[in-house]
Amino acid sequence: MHEMSIALNIIDIVLEAAKQEHAERINSIEMEIGALAGVIPEALSFCFTEAQKNTPAAQAQINFKFTPAEAFCPACEHRFPAYERAVLCPKCGDMVVQLSGGTALKVKKINID
Amino acid sequence: MCDTCGCNQPDTAVTFHKAGYSMPPDSGNWRVQTSLPKIEHKHDHGREIELEQDVLGKNNALAESNRHYFKTHSILTLNLVSSPGSGKTSLLEQTIRELKLEIPMSIIEGDQQTMQDADRILAAGAPALQVNTGNGCHLDASMIERAVESLKPADSSLLFIENVGNLVCPALFDLGEAHKIVIISVTEGDDKPLKYPTMFSVSDICIINKIDLLPYVNFDVERCKAFARQVNPNLRFFEVSATNGTGMNDWYSWLKTELHTL
Repeated sequence: MHEMSIALNIIDIVLEAAKQEHAERINSIEMEIGALAGVIPEALSFCFTEAQKNTPAAQAQINFKFTPAEAFCPACEHRFPAYERAVLCPKCGDMVVQLSGGTALKVKKINID
Repeated sequence: MCDTCGCNQPDTAVTFHKAGYSMPPDSGNWRVQTSLPKIEHKHDHGREIELEQDVLGKNNALAESNRHYFKTHSILTLNLVSSPGSGKTSLLEQTIRELKLEIPMSIIEGDQQTMQDADRILAAGAPALQVNTGNGCHLDASMIERAVESLKPADSSLLFIENVGNLVCPALFDLGEAHKIVIISVTEGDDKPLKYPTMFSVSDICIINKIDLLPYVNFDVERCKAFARQVNPNLRFFEVSATNGTGMNDWYSWLKTELHTL
């Protein structure tokens, strides 16, 4: 359950940014989560609702954008986007586990007042 | 309805899409059903601020600072990760008993509770610091920074970090180590590298432990290695029994070579 520490990190990041902008509150937070970032969105949502309480982000809505990894099939050399660690190649059906990218875990932008 | 924050939209409006391809229709974990609470908020559509900030950035920066410290002091730091019960502590005890006269060693022990492991390490003959993470499932870079301040590992020494027994979360948190070493024991399933691929993909070394038990269990070493290589073609393997010493000499030689080439 590392999602709680991730949620707290998100709050730290957005509160710091809001402070620099002299904002009163944070309305929304846009996140990018890579498919291989090792984060369960449900768990992160749940932790975030706890972490945001009693902060200027208490009312903020958090939105996730998921980005895939790139898979490379050694059997047929097909490259395709993958949202899981072990996927079947859509061309030849082989199991592919060689992936790159997809590990982003970022606060992209926030909306503040 | 508001396009900026999506307020007032029905719960079902929030969906998460796997950009158009190969997800099997019901492969669960990315099909997220969120039921977000209806949020009442003032609505004058404030300013957008681009941040592009890595959530783990703080941990990664601390890990880099640890790494720099280890490098300047020629300390070889190894982060041992595995499921609970794979034999991490036994492997360390045996390594300490065999190498302590040749190489100064110290150990940071991560567990949710108790001093058991640090006591075992101390009894084997190396200084140890126990980090109890409470409910935490992993060690992070700031815990290592504080542990190192207190443990003060010698220059040109080996520092082992025995992470919390957990094959998932510790993969995400860089501690500043030179290598992650994943340990799997033959009493586990030989398909574990495919079931928990993240840990095998971020590790450089895989130690297969308890090979003295191979005659009694259904564990195919070659199958396990093949699965692990699928996930990470560059993994290097050691097959050992920390209990009876089989294969441990190769492990010791590797440690010495790594330490001397720092």
